[in-house]
Amino acid sequence: MSRIQRPELVSSGDGTNVYRADVLVLGGGPAGTWAAVSAARQGASVILADKGFCGTSGATAPSGTGVWYVEPDPAKREAAMASREAMGGYLQDRKWMSRVLDRTYDSVHQLAEWGYPFPVDDEGRPRRNSLQGPEYMRLMRKRVKQAGAKILDHSPALELLVDGDGAVVGAMGLHRQSGDRWTVHAGAVVIATGGCAFLSGALGCNVLTGDGYLMAAEAGAELSGMEFSNAYAMSAEYGSVTKTLFYNWATFTHEDGRPVEGAKSKGGRSIIAKALDKGRVFPQLDKADAQTQSAMRLAQPNFFLPLDRAGIDPFSQRFPITLRLEGTVRGTGGLRIVDDTCATTVPGLYAAGDAATRELICGAFTGGGSHNCAWAMSSGTWAGTAAGAFAKGKGQVRRGAERRGDVGLRERGGHRIDAASLTRAVQAEVTPYERNYFRDADRLSDSLLRLDALWTSAAGADAADRSGIVKTREAAAMLATARWMYRSALARRESRGMARRLDHPYQDDSQRRSIHAGGLREVWTRPGPVLSRPVAEAAE
Amino acid sequence: MIQIIDPERCTGCNICVGVCPTNVFDVVPGGQPVIARQHDCQTCFMCELYCPEDALYVSPFAAELESLDLKQLRETGALGNYRSAIGWSEGTGDRRRTDASFQLLGR
Repeated sequence: MSRIQRPELVSSGDGTNVYRADVLVLGGGPAGTWAAVSAARQGASVILADKGFCGTSGATAPSGTGVWYVEPDPAKREAAMASREAMGGYLQDRKWMSRVLDRTYDSVHQLAEWGYPFPVDDEGRPRRNSLQGPEYMRLMRKRVKQAGAKILDHSPALELLVDGDGAVVGAMGLHRQSGDRWTVHAGAVVIATGGCAFLSGALGCNVLTGDGYLMAAEAGAELSGMEFSNAYAMSAEYGSVTKTLFYNWATFTHEDGRPVEGAKSKGGRSIIAKALDKGRVFPQLDKADAQTQSAMRLAQPNFFLPLDRAGIDPFSQRFPITLRLEGTVRGTGGLRIVDDTCATTVPGLYAAGDAATRELICGAFTGGGSHNCAWAMSSGTWAGTAAGAFAKGKGQVRRGAERRGDVGLRERGGHRIDAASLTRAVQAEVTPYERNYFRDADRLSDSLLRLDALWTSAAGADAADRSGIVKTREAAAMLATARWMYRSALARRESRGMARRLDHPYQDDSQRRSIHAGGLREVWTRPGPVLSRPVAEAAE
Repeated sequence: MIQIIDPERCTGCNICVGVCPTNVFDVVPGGQPVIARQHDCQTCFMCELYCPEDALYVSPFAAELESLDLKQLRETGALGNYRSAIGWSEGTGDRRRTDASFQLLGR
């Protein structure tokens, strides 16, 4: 391992801190922290900037997740890959699934070496197929610091810097607790800002507003799979804890006690969505025996927290639930990856975790955190390693690069964006089940008319002031994300994985390919190459 | 939603101000922090886990305020019960290793 390189504070004063580092990582969740540790291992100096606090920010920290951890036994690996393919509409790439399984296995062992307290079963074997979020992310923060990286907490990035050759060479943002601005000049940037859940209140997801997609698109990056963006997760009606595993042990009933026919957590969630459109739905975890109940309490203390505190015993009592939009967080779309290093289409810009497309291992559907967790470890490691090598190869970082941010950051002679009302307007198009879950061409086009008009208006607005700039950029990012989602959904004239179309209910072999998307003023989509292996199975 | 900073327990260490991912708290120089942007709270309970004094209470109701009795929350052990459930309180460290997910996954 190389000697630790430290980033440098070049100047401060006039309300701006200017730093220089080889690699800048945006986002301090699992993918960002693995990227920072991996870049530092290349001998790169690293800054990691998080909108919130690296260690508590994002979907993983307050939660807990399975890990796609499979022993390197060829039969087990084959079964692990095959079991997901039909569900994912055969858009996965076996080569990527295989290298993610390898990388995840090694990363999980690395966590064990670092002291993660994996449980041990009755036979004394360590069990490593799940991680507790608070424990995992506290450890990752510690490892980032030990690697010599500098963490900027409460420091949302607002825009990327690009040099004359079109390469990304840093970013600018805000230290939101002091009000100072920051600039980081870097040789390479890793976007690990997570997906977009549209401020739906899903657990830990309100920091995930698609900021990285917007910044990257402004620098010319492309997206892929944005039609796979309508994941909804169950929580108590009043609560935030969107943990869905335990609903596998539930019976679902209507308010009057009649069963909701066909309702299931897995493979019957659309039935729950339809029932919720008409009235309330009540699960009760009555299929869990005493032993299962006690295992549940030890596996996910946070599942029970909101129930205990509201005086509800979920095993003996019914409680009302809702479905909260998780958008691309539990969807699979994101920034398009062009090679094994998780490079985007823009030089110097890498993407990792939920900010990147997960079609390569999940295809058109992901039912849970376990694959996303494996992807975050793997893509974070690859992106950080490659960014470190790329930056070291560039030598001295060039200064005076061009700012690429636009909406909400420039004076356009118009009004200021009202971030709260823009956010509500975007949510009105993407949150309702009858628009996003149950899609058809008419509804998608109808939403896009309004979303495009909102963009035109926002693009003509003036720069937000310091107090409103973060929420303004979040609103703009959610708006841009919604437009890529629905344009991509229109372009996929079939049903595949989670991207279901009421007007095209069947999977069509000739559309077995990704949909790429991009652009801000004009949103475009383009079909990727059709994948060759013909398959007969229908979408589930 | 975050509702309580217990004035008897809070030592003004401001850890909550630092760790809240949605920047809900503000420092008060020389005093205890305040809940400054309550509606930005995402009900993730992380502040409770990092509070060394068990001085914080996040209501499970994400979007509405609940009528709460602080004295009763103290007496029933509700303050800090999530931190002890995950093994982060003094004397509860054994619970860090009791994740039983492996008994439930794949069933």
